[in-house]
Amino acid sequence: MAMLQVDSINVFYGSIHAIKDVSFNVEQGEIVTLIGANGAGKSTILKTVSGLLRSKGGSIQFTGHTISSAAPHKIVSMGLAHVPEGRHVFSQMTVEENLEMGAYTRSQGEIAPGLEKVYNRFPRLKERRKQVSGTLSGGEQQMLAMGRALMSQPALLMLDEPSMGLAPLMVEQIFEIIKELHKDGVTVLLVEQNAQMALSVANRGYVLETGKIVLSGNGKDLLEDDAVKKAYLGG
Amino acid sequence: MLFLSQIINGLQLGSIYALVALGYSMVYGIIMLLNFAHGDIIMVGGYVAMLTIAAGVHPILAVILAILACVVLGVMIDKVAYAPLRSSPRISLLITAIGVSFLLENLAQNIWGANARPFPNSSIIKGSAINIGGVHIGNTAIVTIAVSLLSMVVLTFLVQKTKRGKAMRAVSEDMGTAQLMGINVNNTITFTFAVGSALAGIGSILYCCTYPQVSPTMGSMLGLKAFVAAVLGGIGSIPGAMVGGFAIGMAEVLVRAAGLSDWTDGAVFAILIVVLLFRPTGLMGRPMTEKV
Ligand SMILES: Nc1ncnc2c1ncn2[C@@H]1O[C@H](COP(=O)(O)OP(=O)(O)OP(=O)(O)O)[C@@H](O)[C@H]1O
Ligand SMILES: [Mg+2]
Repeated sequence: MAMLQVDSINVFYGSIHAIKDVSFNVEQGEIVTLIGANGAGKSTILKTVSGLLRSKGGSIQFTGHTISSAAPHKIVSMGLAHVPEGRHVFSQMTVEENLEMGAYTRSQGEIAPGLEKVYNRFPRLKERRKQVSGTLSGGEQQMLAMGRALMSQPALLMLDEPSMGLAPLMVEQIFEIIKELHKDGVTVLLVEQNAQMALSVANRGYVLETGKIVLSGNGKDLLEDDAVKKAYLGG
Repeated sequence: MLFLSQIINGLQLGSIYALVALGYSMVYGIIMLLNFAHGDIIMVGGYVAMLTIAAGVHPILAVILAILACVVLGVMIDKVAYAPLRSSPRISLLITAIGVSFLLENLAQNIWGANARPFPNSSIIKGSAINIGGVHIGNTAIVTIAVSLLSMVVLTFLVQKTKRGKAMRAVSEDMGTAQLMGINVNNTITFTFAVGSALAGIGSILYCCTYPQVSPTMGSMLGLKAFVAAVLGGIGSIPGAMVGGFAIGMAEVLVRAAGLSDWTDGAVFAILIVVLLFRPTGLMGRPMTEKV
């Protein structure tokens, strides 16, 4: 049984049919990537999985439980964390308060060990734990958004364009961290426009075009695919 | 010495405005609603205290009952009138709030009559004025200022340090992301209404002890002025509501001390107009950025 099983979901914004009959799955221990151009519907899919948007029909199952109509806060407590596009750190709260919010579904006793783990992974955050997070750099905010999601001790981590707007060195660093997390047993669903990077770390990938999955395969094969090369890898 | 006693008057009035303004600001911060029924919650609190004391309930218990009544009413208004409109345009919410305000005032008039009735202030705040260097400071003033400050300290602790308070800040900054943290947004909104209404309840008792009478419309002017205080401080900002409340109280007292008693209300609304024209985000409000 797949950790995440999405079956023919359809999502609408008013009369706009943004996601058309999309199905995909993520197995335990995998890194799976969803790639596609601006407006393809990548973020919409993640928001639907985490319960912020609803699908008309179809079903979403996480670790065997149907979550298609569960409230977002319930889904988080089941072990599914979503780092939204644009980081969305709570800019008026400090770094540490943001991390505490990430642990909202955990018990009080799990916060201190959780913080220690995150600070070990992101020493930069530890230096800035009392800083108001709106004043962090983009890269630091991405680290914070990821650290915050990790505080909920997720089985599945969904990342929406973690490399967006970051300098190449920072992008490298973020992808290193994704690989480390994966090695430590976290399953990852990665949405990226940086198809090159995403496909090179992913076990499998799906290519999304205007709300439909048009191609899927393992990461290496997609990297070699002529259509993918042409559309997403600059030749 | 006259000056000092005017300062005390300003603090007394200002601290009540601050308590009420906090409710406006917190609710606005979390669901972007100007809750025009907030003032009428105060009126209900006043009646509950007055009627329970008249029925022979111990004043302390009566005060607690009044505050509880405000909390229950505030939460109920949200559940019944506002919650079904969470995804509707903000203007629908605003109109609903005005409707709830009229409903409460008219209900009160039907049940308790339109006339103002005396409030048993002396059974709640006892004792006489104290004398500091020739200045008489009324007991009510001292109790009002002290209780208000204490409430604000407790509120600040709640919002800054507790899990629920932090969740409240998270929801008011970014509701969608707060849900992704596992925060139950509906519970958090309910909690916000409960805290804001409790402060209104406390403000209600203090206000009725200062101006010892209750009437169905007593909440509307108090509510409006507290609203101005919230806007002056920066609507949505908790410290702003406190500062704004004290500023409006002081301004009113100073206008009155200048011999312009007829102009106090006018002065308050002039402040509103000036703030809206020149600094719509208020003294301590965050700049208005569109939420993505
Ligand atoms: N709130 C909304 N209201 C109406 N339409 C929306 C809304 N959000 C997204 N859309 C539309 O749905 C489609 C999919 O958007 P989505 O944000 O999921 O794309 P995306 O693949 O994440 O794009 P990007 O790479 O730019 O982040 C787009 O056509 C977009 O215009
Ligand atoms: Mg997107």
